[in-house]
Amino acid sequence: MEWLIQKYIIVKINARGKEKEEVKVHENKKDIEDEIENEIIHEINEEIEEAEESFLKEILKRLYKNKSAMFGVGILIILIISAIFASLLAPYDPIDSNILQRLQGPTLKHWLGTDDLGRDILSRIIYGSRISLQVGVISVSISLVFGGMAGVLAGYYGGKIDMFIMRFIDIMLAFPSVLLAIGIMAVLGPKLSNAMIAISIVNMPRFARIVRASVLMVKSEEYVVAAEAIGATDFQIVFKYILPNCLAPVIVQSTLSIASAILEAAGLSFLGLGAQPPTPEWGAMLSEGRSALQIAPWVVAFPGIAIMITVVGFNLLGDGLRDALDPKMKQ
Amino acid sequence: MLNYILRRLLLLIPIAIGVSIAVFLMIHFIPGDPAKIMLGERANKESIERLREEMGLNEPLYIQYFKFAGKIVKGDLGRSIMSKNKVIEELKERYPATIELSLFAISISIIIGIPAGIISATKRYSFFDYFSMSGALIGVSMPIFWLGLMAIWLFAFKLGWFPPSSRLDATIELTSITNFNIIDSILTKNWLAFRNTLWHLVLPGISLGTIPMAIIARMTRSSMLEVMGKDYIKTAYAKGLKEKAVIYKHALRNALIPIITVIGLQFGTLLGGAVMTETIFSWPGVGKYSFDAIMARDFPVVQGTILILSVTFVLVNLIVDLLYGMVDPKIHYS
Repeated sequence: MEWLIQKYIIVKINARGKEKEEVKVHENKKDIEDEIENEIIHEINEEIEEAEESFLKEILKRLYKNKSAMFGVGILIILIISAIFASLLAPYDPIDSNILQRLQGPTLKHWLGTDDLGRDILSRIIYGSRISLQVGVISVSISLVFGGMAGVLAGYYGGKIDMFIMRFIDIMLAFPSVLLAIGIMAVLGPKLSNAMIAISIVNMPRFARIVRASVLMVKSEEYVVAAEAIGATDFQIVFKYILPNCLAPVIVQSTLSIASAILEAAGLSFLGLGAQPPTPEWGAMLSEGRSALQIAPWVVAFPGIAIMITVVGFNLLGDGLRDALDPKMKQ
Repeated sequence: MLNYILRRLLLLIPIAIGVSIAVFLMIHFIPGDPAKIMLGERANKESIERLREEMGLNEPLYIQYFKFAGKIVKGDLGRSIMSKNKVIEELKERYPATIELSLFAISISIIIGIPAGIISATKRYSFFDYFSMSGALIGVSMPIFWLGLMAIWLFAFKLGWFPPSSRLDATIELTSITNFNIIDSILTKNWLAFRNTLWHLVLPGISLGTIPMAIIARMTRSSMLEVMGKDYIKTAYAKGLKEKAVIYKHALRNALIPIITVIGLQFGTLLGGAVMTETIFSWPGVGKYSFDAIMARDFPVVQGTILILSVTFVLVNLIVDLLYGMVDPKIHYS
């Protein structure tokens, strides 16, 4: 690749040089060279920009053509809308109880029925989308930042730092993830924010490994070596040259991790370790409906379906992104 | 081979030490006095002091750890705060229940997942492929506790086909030898108990096995597809082998490595998932035990259960590594 660019530059310089010489014979040779150099740099920059733009366009085009990924995007758009406009969309207050209306099946008045305190399930599900999206995005961001940092440190510096970090990650991976999350919750105490912390800790090793692997791959590329040679600091090299080239696997992993984080958060809330009543969290709603399962299965059924649809949305988008970013992977 | 196994077992030691340190430190990470938290805010000073003494909380941290590790090596996991029973004794009863359930679940997921993946790969873009892959997508996206509850509602409450909870009907007697109900009932030739045990395993087994089933099916499909594009498969077809022989003898065998990896990983996930499934189905296993202990802040039990489940997880990973060599003769352990 590099030699191609160099050859291209030489050819251009020769061509332009002749051109200019013919037109302005008297001009200083140095000036001409400078001018040509500037022109070429400008041209190359433009071409790089174009290439980047068309690369992004290409990915978006591939994603757009993927029907199931678009289906996932559709689900997520509906979810985001319901989270933003929950107060407008929900027909009832999600927390107001009305004992006289308790455990009613789906009717025109309450589309998805009511729970054991007479609260409208549809309204609670709509408000619940806020919590699930928040939990998914926030906990994945935390694991991305800290896991990614660990991965960069391990991959970029190697040696003892790498050894230490990777052994630590091995130990974390020795615990089954649900159990690790529950164990952390046992230490932190039951609370939604603690559940997010527990989930982000559990997911960190995955990000650390992915980022480390990509850093190792990119580290020996010529542009990184070149950046080192011109005296760029470690910080500059990592943020300007290495991280942007690790983005693809990280984006895919983040999307898929949001899906599993939502499932894990619902699980912790179901066990009574996450969101506390009367918060309309889907997992907590399921657990509240357990006692009346025999007579009112809808109290359990609908929040579960909501979780499933959300997770399907993120999984479809994640799979689509993987196919779009890495067409070789596509089967 | 033997060398490799030995080396892998030696490598387990640092991981085991790390896990034991993490489990040990768990109670020290909790803000406040562990003894006070375990006994509740209203406990009197003497009993708190007694518990501190009993747990050795008054000693320096590293001495506490060495004592803790020394006890583990001797098989002593301490006593439960709640029941006062020895944790190791409780685990002897409960661990087989969890393993029995997990093995049953993983068997179901393998028996259904691998054939579904093979058919999907060989009949790509057919109705069956779309059907099973959408099923697999829904399977990985479903909360297992929800699936469990829905299964209880439909198959236990509505249809009455399967029991909703426990390992065995209370009316059926079974002498326990290994605490694996299936093995015990075969050993004592108690066929009534054998059937009843299987009956009780169905619902929790299916809900626990659904996610692994979906993941195994997806992995089988993509691994098979990759192998089927290889030249040696074309050669096998070209020399006139029957389709079945090509798929099962040539393609599947070469596609097995990633499938085995996934099965091993899923077995670990099962052990974690057992916490939810066992809670829903009142299954007297390690998962429910650890969850109850966490809720009651019974830390010796929490430590013991997490320790035994993680060690199992690590051992399963070792077994998976060893299986590679059996499946793929190209892999040598040296």
